[in-house]
Amino acid sequence: MPRKTPGKNTQKPKASAAKPAARGKRTLSLAHCSGAEVFHRMLQDEGVEVMFGYPGGVLLPIFDEIYQSPIRFILTRHEQGAAHMADGYARSTGRVGVCLATSGPGATNLVTGLATANMDSIPLVAITGQVRTSLIGNDAFQEADVSGLTRPITKHNFLVKDVKDLARVLREAFHIARTGRPGPVVVDIPVDVTVNRLDGEPSLAMNLPGYKPLLTGHMPQIRAAAEAINASQRPVLYVGGGVILANACDALRRIVAKGRLPVTTTLLAMGAVDESDALSLQMLGMHGTVAANRAVQNCDCLVAIGARFDDRVTGKVATFAPHAKVIHVDVDPASIAKNVPVDIPVVGDAADILGKLLPLIRTVDRSPWLAQVAEWKKKFPLRYAAQGKIKPQEMIAAIGAATDHNAIISTGVGQHQMWTAQFYGWRRPRQIITSGGLGTMGFGVPAAIGAKIGNPKSTVIDIDGDGSFSMTMVEIITAVHNDVGAKFVVLDNEYLGMVRQWQELFYGKRYSHVVHRCPDLAAVARGFGAQAATVSERTEIAGAIDEMLACDGPFVLHAKVDPEENVFPMVPAGKSLDEMELGELGTLA
Amino acid sequence: MRHVISALVQNQPGVLAQVAGMFAARGFNIDSLVVGRTENPDLSRMTIVAVGDDRVLEQVRKQLAKVIPVVKVRDFSGLSYVERDLMLVKIGAPAEKRPELAQLVELFRGSVVDVARATMTVQLSGTEDKLEAFIDLVRPYGIVELARTGTIAMQRGQQKHTREKNDSDE
Repeated sequence: MPRKTPGKNTQKPKASAAKPAARGKRTLSLAHCSGAEVFHRMLQDEGVEVMFGYPGGVLLPIFDEIYQSPIRFILTRHEQGAAHMADGYARSTGRVGVCLATSGPGATNLVTGLATANMDSIPLVAITGQVRTSLIGNDAFQEADVSGLTRPITKHNFLVKDVKDLARVLREAFHIARTGRPGPVVVDIPVDVTVNRLDGEPSLAMNLPGYKPLLTGHMPQIRAAAEAINASQRPVLYVGGGVILANACDALRRIVAKGRLPVTTTLLAMGAVDESDALSLQMLGMHGTVAANRAVQNCDCLVAIGARFDDRVTGKVATFAPHAKVIHVDVDPASIAKNVPVDIPVVGDAADILGKLLPLIRTVDRSPWLAQVAEWKKKFPLRYAAQGKIKPQEMIAAIGAATDHNAIISTGVGQHQMWTAQFYGWRRPRQIITSGGLGTMGFGVPAAIGAKIGNPKSTVIDIDGDGSFSMTMVEIITAVHNDVGAKFVVLDNEYLGMVRQWQELFYGKRYSHVVHRCPDLAAVARGFGAQAATVSERTEIAGAIDEMLACDGPFVLHAKVDPEENVFPMVPAGKSLDEMELGELGTLA
Repeated sequence: MRHVISALVQNQPGVLAQVAGMFAARGFNIDSLVVGRTENPDLSRMTIVAVGDDRVLEQVRKQLAKVIPVVKVRDFSGLSYVERDLMLVKIGAPAEKRPELAQLVELFRGSVVDVARATMTVQLSGTEDKLEAFIDLVRPYGIVELARTGTIAMQRGQQKHTREKNDSDE
């Protein structure tokens, strides 16, 4: 495999991406281009630096066109991996991720990745090949109704039936993916459209009369929000992934500091504020901190920013934040008042709104409230008992310390994901790469690879569970073959741990089909061409992490951890946030 | 409460499936959904009748507005508007029953569009209530077949439009 220097690949596209105004100013002529050429040129024009994908019959004209393309192409082992890599790339860089799959099974394999990105509002453009237009609807070989399949799990999708529409549709797809509330967009291109040639210059003017995302906040609403915050005695900010997507963390941090406002974040917004800040309450919700959940339940003003009141956050909705005046800032009007009644809605881009809110926020003396919050933090910290077998939490804490809390961390889904959120120690935005809304097991491995490709100079670590890792570990071959030095730490508890935890707590310890034995993952990784180590003793942890971090290439660290450790605090599903359980950590008093 | 919602949509393949799919996926119940062309060849109008409380209907409006080819959404409730449903109904009508049926049709300002040996087909337009009333009255004669277009609606003239797409700081 020829090694490509990431630097070389990033330069030219980044220059054009930095000047979005230059997009569309036609330096490119598309007259007489084939559809495949149009595709290639439009992607370059959009500043795409890397695509993740897998070839196939109907994509042959496109693959012939991108042979020796300046756009880096990452051949994955499965299309799901391609979608998650594009997703990890997008989350960690803030740019649109691009993936490519052939018709039929190629496209259906993307579906999980598209749904994952959709639930978390991640900008992707997925290109799928389609059978030729004359065969559509004939149950042709490798035909699937991609539009129909992806409609409910994407922000939008297009089927391009004429080469003269292709350039415009691609422009629209990138525009829709990255603007407003971002999301994945599918462009389904029949093979004949990629072969046919234009007979003149196509129109690039977007035709989206119904798509006008409202970006600028309405000033009277912003003023009302500021007044409510200034007047409150017990305010809390509840910050979601929208703040990360809008690159609004600077403004957020200034508001927190100026107003002395306690702040809790959702899983997707870890790092929006520095967790070492005294005002940070860390995560809220089902596995949130006692301080965060108590603050929400006792606040008189809840300021939700780029968050959507997901059931894992609110617990029983009827008793969520019962005393609070609710302010909700969101770019998606449909998110507002969907689950919880809102007193002051503010629609628009979080960066714009927070920027306008900042000068209106006053520094108010709320010592009793801040003292109360500080007491909860002190009395009920996140903790674990580091004795006996290696605790998964101590692995995560050790990784946090060894990386100065500055690495980009992806996860799978389950116990390890919650522990990672609780114990890594988040410092900055775009650090956590995790499937929050859809809860997609298998996300961690490919997402880490995508994130590392987008951030070649950063340390990128997938902290994974044995279950999630097993689903997509084949993509480590992709990392090896493309020289992508992502790291993979598998917290192997020999169970599908989160399901086991629920069976322990709510199903009388009947561990139905959750025993999950892994092979020797270090041996598997070495077989794939990666480096690897295994730890099963506390004394080996530090050395193994150092070895992993010192390694340039992909590295798998198989950690055998306590099989029956549980995630606490926990609010049982459907219960109020007041009904937290601490489990073996003690009782709430 | 019953709401009549009108949506202008881009006239392109897949829009109907997208809107209908959104309703199904979000568990919204719709009584009727009508699509037809408008004065502008690029746009179609969908008229949707849905029943639900205010919060549900607010979500319906917002989710509808969020569908990318949907250009404009208007909820007619609380506004002064005209609505019409069109019905064709084939009624069992032996010769001796025809005069009284014809009278009934006239009373409802319908018209007889087909007469056969044993049946009569009536065309009737109006509000859903009016159509329901007529159906009730002719049921004893035997309804052989019935087809309705579903409701279309339009705001009365010279009034300000409200609740357009993106008008969300309510």
